[in-house]
Amino acid sequence: MSDANESILRVEGLRTWYPIRRGLLRRVVGHVQAATDVSFEIAPGRTLALVGESGCGKSTVGRSILCLENPQEGRVEFEGRDLLSLDATSLRAARQRLQIVFQDPMASLDPRMRIRDQIAEGMHSFGIGADEAERTARVAELLERVQLDPRTMDRYPNEFSGGQRQRICIARALAVEPRLIVCDESVSALDVSIQAQILNLLRRLQEELGLSYLFITHDLSVVRYLAHEVAVMYLGRIVERGPTERLFAHPAHPYTRALLAAIPSIDPARRGEAPPVLGDVPSPSRPPPGCHFHTRCPVAMERCRREAPPMFAIEGGESRCFLSEAPGRAD
Amino acid sequence: MSALLEVRDLRTVFPGEGGPTPVVDGVSFDLDRGEVLALVGESGSGKSMTAFSILRLVPKPGRVVAGSVRLGGEDLLGLSVTAMRRVRGRRISMIFQEPMTCLNPVVRVGEQVVEAIRLHEDVSRADARDRTRALFAEVGIPDPEARLDAYPHQLSGGLKQRVMIAMALSTRPEMLIADEPTTALDVTVQAQILTLLRELQQSRGTAILLITHDLGIVNELADRVAVMYAGRLVEIAPRVPLLTEPLHPYTQGLLRSMPARGRPGEPLPEIPGVVPRASEWPRGCRFSTRCPVRFEPCAETYPAESHPAAGRRVFCHDVERRLPSEGAR
Amino acid sequence: MSGLDPYVWSNLVTVALVVGGLALARFVRGQRLWREASVELWRRRRVAIVVVGVYLVIALLDSIAWKGGVPEGTVGVLPNAPLTVVDRLFLDTKEASYSAPLADVEFYGGRPLRRPGTHLLGTDILGRDVLYMSLKGARVALLIGGLTSLIAIPIALFFGVGAGYFGGRFDDFVFFLISTLASMPGILLLIALIMVMGRGTLSVCVALAVTGWVGFCRLSRAETLKLRELDYVVAARALGVSEPRIIWRHVLPNLAHLIVITFVLMFSGLVLSEAVLSWLGIGVDGSWGQMIDGARDELSREPIVWWNIGAAGTALFGLILAVNAVGDAVRDVLDPRTLRAGE
Repeated sequence: MSDANESILRVEGLRTWYPIRRGLLRRVVGHVQAATDVSFEIAPGRTLALVGESGCGKSTVGRSILCLENPQEGRVEFEGRDLLSLDATSLRAARQRLQIVFQDPMASLDPRMRIRDQIAEGMHSFGIGADEAERTARVAELLERVQLDPRTMDRYPNEFSGGQRQRICIARALAVEPRLIVCDESVSALDVSIQAQILNLLRRLQEELGLSYLFITHDLSVVRYLAHEVAVMYLGRIVERGPTERLFAHPAHPYTRALLAAIPSIDPARRGEAPPVLGDVPSPSRPPPGCHFHTRCPVAMERCRREAPPMFAIEGGESRCFLSEAPGRAD
Repeated sequence: MSALLEVRDLRTVFPGEGGPTPVVDGVSFDLDRGEVLALVGESGSGKSMTAFSILRLVPKPGRVVAGSVRLGGEDLLGLSVTAMRRVRGRRISMIFQEPMTCLNPVVRVGEQVVEAIRLHEDVSRADARDRTRALFAEVGIPDPEARLDAYPHQLSGGLKQRVMIAMALSTRPEMLIADEPTTALDVTVQAQILTLLRELQQSRGTAILLITHDLGIVNELADRVAVMYAGRLVEIAPRVPLLTEPLHPYTQGLLRSMPARGRPGEPLPEIPGVVPRASEWPRGCRFSTRCPVRFEPCAETYPAESHPAAGRRVFCHDVERRLPSEGAR
Repeated sequence: MSGLDPYVWSNLVTVALVVGGLALARFVRGQRLWREASVELWRRRRVAIVVVGVYLVIALLDSIAWKGGVPEGTVGVLPNAPLTVVDRLFLDTKEASYSAPLADVEFYGGRPLRRPGTHLLGTDILGRDVLYMSLKGARVALLIGGLTSLIAIPIALFFGVGAGYFGGRFDDFVFFLISTLASMPGILLLIALIMVMGRGTLSVCVALAVTGWVGFCRLSRAETLKLRELDYVVAARALGVSEPRIIWRHVLPNLAHLIVITFVLMFSGLVLSEAVLSWLGIGVDGSWGQMIDGARDELSREPIVWWNIGAAGTALFGLILAVNAVGDAVRDVLDPRTLRAGE
């Protein structure tokens, strides 16, 4: 655990549920429990990967941190201030240092705006750059930083390939000098050869600018390459957290183990292994009682069906599994 | 022994501003009975269009302009529209990427499979329903009787894909085209579907043409692999040698740039640049604009096929150069 | 208002419209996306655009009026009345009664005409030249289509974009408004509104606008709901861009294609609605609808007086067909999917 003062982002007990309304009076009949009791922190210049399958709430957490959702509970401390308690004006100011890059490079750029205007948009709202010439120079500099030709700044998004658009999105986020970038599945829609380019770019930017990343993804193989720390989510809760190397070498939670085993390997010797878990992920609007994973867990016990396990501290992280309770059973 | 499917010099074009633009350009390969051949490539490589061309389902205004596709000796490109319709579904079935959009949301899933069976075979409704139930059990749908009467939205993504597979197998086709069959699924569900496909393929002996961008899935399912780049085949090889000692620089680059192969803390070896658009394809080797080992002839002439080992075909000047013993072709 | 004659107003508005049109054209030239779309549109529907252009020119020529320059005692002209260019082209063409196209004598009675052989499309019951009436109808039609759209579309956008973007109470209110209006029989509401406001071009336009904005409002609300969730709008919010600016820079430009398409489609619907209103006797004076309405009884005469209704119908049909043809192409050209086809 790093010291509280050292972390740039500190999320504590975050809960974001979406009400399900039915009927004429729009009564709340239930909740999509998108994120419950989510806590983690990110140190400056480090990357935390938030990993999980669809419906696990990883994107909700990302959007909650940017205050694009309204969490019901918890604290999101960014550079020492709780974003959730800020008024609109201070929030806007705080957002300058907190940016997001999305998954779909087709949907994340306005098709009817030149890319120079899109990159400069954030500069306008935070008063970066004294005049048009200065801003144009900065747009050119940003494009170069993401390895695009500055002469293309007058083009529209449809003239760029998927990978190039993702670079433009990164440039747009960098335009307002952020400290933390939330990458929401930012490389998932890209081809392998392009994905490697963007991953390398993200890493180089981190080294050059000291950025922190919250890297949200479903793809564990990407995580291993980029992240310093990993938090695995399942049905709205973090089930395991720890440094990347430890998590890959000695996964503590059965779900982490299943997730790792499910990645199709490109090692020809490893083929035809049995699927690690059966069935589909249950709906987050009706998560199973007790430990959410017990319906698919290969080592579930009677206790798991009744009791929800808390986070247990393990060597190099935390795990939300009763098997991690007793010392020495961490593996 | 002749192959089940023989594709020769297939060429599919779309009209473009500067004349017809090829999306599949001179592709030849065989698929043996009971074999799994993976067609691998990135977006724009023409792998899906190759499959659509085989089924003659190329979306308008594209069309197949040259080549032949023989299924059991019969040229599919020469068949009448009605004869082709009988081939599709009965002899060749297809599984798509998005199970959600391929099932009719207002018809019970059992009914959809029953319809598919009765479209191609003259069986009674009750018999078709019995067969559907057996198929549902075979593809691992729990409680098949109850699921027959479910609507698509009541099933999870994994179950829907199982229904799609049941539907594709319902007419006992000789060949299955699986177009990114697990891309829309979660990893843990994907692992289950891959296992299912492998088991079905072994028990039924159906040949599969697997279209994917994921070399991990290739390793799980394929017997042989054909790598495509910018509308052309660049390399065909059995699975193990392709993954362990790829010969074409593009295949090598693709394997090296996979994050799973990367070492934490070191930059990933990347393939520089982007896939050129069809209008910007070089005259010679399509990969020559990004290739690390290109030399004089690469940009000018397309490399001929070389056979570095049994069952391996590569299109690369560099490989050709390093194989002097083999002689011409 | 009271200080100036209506014709001066008409002149001013015409000038304003022409200047506005030129400014719009300049804007379109400056924006590459729009420029390319308009070039493509011209490539696809040259004939229809020329036809619409001809109607526009006729309407403009019929909108600029001035006094004087008319010899004393010209038949059918009040002294000191403002006359438009079209009026002046057809000065002194009034006859006493019906005459067939290019006839030398009256249809009934066979008395010789004042201007034999000059009425290309004949004259109507009051002896007015039918070609002249048809040309004058162009201005009325464009006025009804254009003015009504200019009233209805901003209302629809205000409510639709506001409801879609902000949601909450405002959305509930707009939805209530839409449902209420949609549940009333449109034609009755129209008649009631015109009765209350009195007949006249403006009140017909206002009444048509009040009943006509609902459809587009619904469309723009739905589209805004979709746009609001798009990543680039969310990204703009994360970049600290203010809400009005997001609407102005990201939402409205991406609704622009819908606005143009709605305008074109609404236009022809409105011109046709006016014809229906004329048939009910509450249309706008001088419209093709009124010509058709006036010619209703003539069809039962023996031999049939066909040129009157024929001319009005053809003029109406030509405009609607041309506008619809252009509208169809506009829809294809501005479809956002074609923006992504560059992949």
